[in-house]
Amino acid sequence: MQKCELAIVGGGPAGLAAALKAREVGLEEIYLLERDNFLGGQLVKQTHQFFGSHKQFAGIRGIDIAEKFKDKLEDRPEIKALKGAVAQGYYEDDVLGYSYRDKFFKLKPEKTILATGASEKMLSFPNNDLPGIYGAGAVQTLMNQYGIVPGEKILMIGAGNIGLIVAYQLLQAGIEVKAVIEATGRIGGYAVHASKIRRAGIPILTYHTIKEARGNEEVEAVVIQQLDEDWQTVPGTEQEMAVDTICLAVGLTPKVDLAIQANCQMAYVAELGGDVPVRDKNLQTSNPRVYIAGDSAGIEEATAAILEGELAAAGAAADILPEGSAIDRERAEIKEKLADLRRGPVGEHIRRGLTRARRNQNAGRDRYTRSWKS
Amino acid sequence: MEPQNTIICRCEDLTLAEVEEVIAEGYTTIEEIKRICRLGMGPCRGSTCLQLIDRILARQRNCGREEIKMPTNRPPLEGIKMKELAGDAGEK
Repeated sequence: MQKCELAIVGGGPAGLAAALKAREVGLEEIYLLERDNFLGGQLVKQTHQFFGSHKQFAGIRGIDIAEKFKDKLEDRPEIKALKGAVAQGYYEDDVLGYSYRDKFFKLKPEKTILATGASEKMLSFPNNDLPGIYGAGAVQTLMNQYGIVPGEKILMIGAGNIGLIVAYQLLQAGIEVKAVIEATGRIGGYAVHASKIRRAGIPILTYHTIKEARGNEEVEAVVIQQLDEDWQTVPGTEQEMAVDTICLAVGLTPKVDLAIQANCQMAYVAELGGDVPVRDKNLQTSNPRVYIAGDSAGIEEATAAILEGELAAAGAAADILPEGSAIDRERAEIKEKLADLRRGPVGEHIRRGLTRARRNQNAGRDRYTRSWKS
Repeated sequence: MEPQNTIICRCEDLTLAEVEEVIAEGYTTIEEIKRICRLGMGPCRGSTCLQLIDRILARQRNCGREEIKMPTNRPPLEGIKMKELAGDAGEK
């Protein structure tokens, strides 16, 4: 069994930032496991420019941020970045199992940073298995990674940032976006994105939900319906639209399997997208060997994930390296940047959510049973 | 709503009607439902259906989603061949 100082699971923004920071502050044996055959995670499909993030990456496209990270990683051959390495389990003796090139490997790290990201939420409605129904992530993969358009006439469900950005990217690809519908009374995404959609003449319908998809072999139409303020459907408001594609952008939920297996205390926090690991201010979980960074600890965005990756790496390094290093000052600086990013009304629900996911402090409910106890 | 055309668990091809039937038979925790009809036991390991079933159960019990217990999470996280686990021993 291979031993190392630090294992990082996930090669997206949080994991890449964590690996580079860990090396920078002095760790020497670092493994980075990425399940895909490329590094960068969701950054590689983000062709839009980041903004509103103060000094951090404003004006840069996600895909270019991924390239920067990859260039830096190439200068650091000490970081063992394995592409196509699938983390399979975190075992009770703090061993991480992973599949790589048709073999199963065991790794015993002193510290582990989980940066596994998130998965998309689905909706239940009649005929929700018809071909032509996609998650927004799949649409972005098709269009922005492979240059394939998903259809010709589309309905977007969800007016958060992902729904609005992907709707705009579909427009740019020459696809007819019939409408963006949103179940709540408010547009969750930034106003900048919403106004781009509106300027293109596409209605954003709040208090609307999908009633059903229609079609034989594939999506041929969709029926939408109005909701009242108690989220009950309003009879007689059904409206049919001819579309061949329905795109779901109804939110993400953190990928927390390894955290549960590592026996980390969990908390159900709706503001963060569902079940999240409880962490202290340095992003350490209730299992002192495990830190968690990025979307896998609560749905936010890439800039926050990068800063969290750095903070988790600094924390892991501070545990491993002898005292007296400059890590504490470094940690204070990263925390300051994170606080800056989460300031103001836009960051309010994140701040509220993070408080509920803070160790020993009005934490949300842990919904999981465990196969072993620490 | 046509529950027989609404898919809850894509991997195991389970509809809302089938899940509701299992619940009506008295299996009311996700752990039980999973054992009866394999909900959440396919290759995606419940990443889609667990986010739908807890809502269905919460609505039935008239409680919040946070009240609904999740099933035990075990390795492996993705499909793996026996020969991978056996390692070199499997080669001989």
